[in-house]
Amino acid sequence: MNRELVIQAIYLASSILFILGLKSLSNPDKARLGMQQAALGMVLAIVGTLFHHEIVRFDLIAVALILGTVIGYPLGMFVPMTAMPQRIAISHMFGALAATLVGIAEYHGWGGNVPRPTMAALGFEVLFGALTVTGSFMAFGKLQEFITGRPVTYRGQNAVNITLFGVAVLMFFWMIFRPQSPMVFFAMIGLALCLGVFMVLPIGGADMPVVVSLLNSYAGLASSATGFAIGNNVLIICGALDGASGFLLSILMSKAMNRSFGNVLFGAFGAPPPAAAAAASKDLTVRSISAEDAAMQMGYASEVIVVPGYGMAVAQAQHVVRELASLLESRGVTVKYAIHPVAGRMPGHMNVLLAEANVPYDKLYDMEEINPEFEHADVALVIGANDVVNPAARSDPSSPIYGMPILDVDRAKSVIVLKRSMNPGFAGIENQLFYEPRTSMLFGDAKSSLTRLVSEVKGL
Amino acid sequence: MTTIMELYIFVLAAFVGFQVISRVPPLLHTPLMSATNAISAISLVGSLVLAGANRDTLSNWLGFVAVTAATINVVGGFLITDRMLKMFRRGDSKKDRGAAPLGLGQPQPTATPQAKSPAPGGPGR
Repeated sequence: MNRELVIQAIYLASSILFILGLKSLSNPDKARLGMQQAALGMVLAIVGTLFHHEIVRFDLIAVALILGTVIGYPLGMFVPMTAMPQRIAISHMFGALAATLVGIAEYHGWGGNVPRPTMAALGFEVLFGALTVTGSFMAFGKLQEFITGRPVTYRGQNAVNITLFGVAVLMFFWMIFRPQSPMVFFAMIGLALCLGVFMVLPIGGADMPVVVSLLNSYAGLASSATGFAIGNNVLIICGALDGASGFLLSILMSKAMNRSFGNVLFGAFGAPPPAAAAAASKDLTVRSISAEDAAMQMGYASEVIVVPGYGMAVAQAQHVVRELASLLESRGVTVKYAIHPVAGRMPGHMNVLLAEANVPYDKLYDMEEINPEFEHADVALVIGANDVVNPAARSDPSSPIYGMPILDVDRAKSVIVLKRSMNPGFAGIENQLFYEPRTSMLFGDAKSSLTRLVSEVKGL
Repeated sequence: MTTIMELYIFVLAAFVGFQVISRVPPLLHTPLMSATNAISAISLVGSLVLAGANRDTLSNWLGFVAVTAATINVVGGFLITDRMLKMFRRGDSKKDRGAAPLGLGQPQPTATPQAKSPAPGGPGR
């Protein structure tokens, strides 16, 4: 009894450390220390658990902990920042996998005579867990690009998915009332695994921020359900924190795209564009610019706003961006960075990349902060961003992204767009910005274009 | 009754989560994700009991895989969060780093500050 009390006290301390750790994330200067305290909380919880009275053998635990550390260490230390979205996606898979397996073992352990509340928790746990396992793996595949990033759609897809989900929910209720049906239990898990795949298939790369956040939430809920199933409060608390965080992030991401959850999940956004949108811009021309002229414009500007997008991440150009910015700053140019909430493939993707390149975070501006600034800027330098700067979102009700809040790049005195070619962006939508008279295009790989800009600015 | 108590805990924790997390600036959204991911790997606690309880072969192996998966998230999650948070710095400290060409002077060789934290409790046993 005493031992149990000590373990519970340790769990309480861990929960407090976790919440304080998350709280510290509201201040970039204190975040690191806070998270180190959270890590300490985790160590406490693990050590405390090892004194649990049910634990009678340590060989499997020791091997698994070592194995997990050996795999986890490189995932933590050596994954490049550009690969962060897929890294995060795959980690949701591991978390959900652990929850699902514990759920299966618990069900197995009860031998069929599961009390109803426990069964409800177990059902919830394996349903969300299994769905998150395959869903996260699909998201990982799309981000890593061994599965096509384009939405995969077919006729009646939504109907199929909704039916499958309905069947899974029916099975869930069946299990609550007839817990001694292992066939149904495992069929439900199988179905949830398929659902995870089907759910992510139709979602395009540009919508990944929402999906990754949503899977984050599901993984948390699965953990929380584990806590209900095995009667462990610290699991309930942490799962709820994770679930809330993921849910909040997905709402923020959806808002930043002016779309509902349902639209993201069932809308198959990023499908090949309707012919009308593509045809409308045929007679427009773009103005291309040489690196020399672009460097001239920026070198003699008083304010330049850099707008990074997924293209910067792909080209791994964040370090050159920062070099160019330092050069401009040494010439007395003010350089700011405008970060759209859904730029990139994950919430905060651009911030992490630029921080990696040693851009101080007080130069990174959120959309609301920076938008009024654009009219004072001499040059807006768009690096591999597309949909988040498309003025059609403000002006063209027929555009699929109409109503999405964008960075008002077109209000700058001039716009320089670094772009590989005139192919439309990930969402497949034509961008009017490129045809504006104030816009000039610098074609080529973002990194090599920037390198040329750097050497031109040096020569000014 | 216990289920109701657990629901209380869940609901209150979710509210706390919402309140705390809605104050996290977009700047830190990626570290937030990896942090919550690492924290929710607390499911390791459940997996540990399963792997150590020696109920039967199936449970042992399920527990083994679950502990491995959760440990990956604990170790990887906290390390990567720390690695990211270390990169966020204010403008004033920029000057000294400014001299470093591109990203070459970058904080890669830093295995130390956090490596101590996750999972040392386990392997020793």
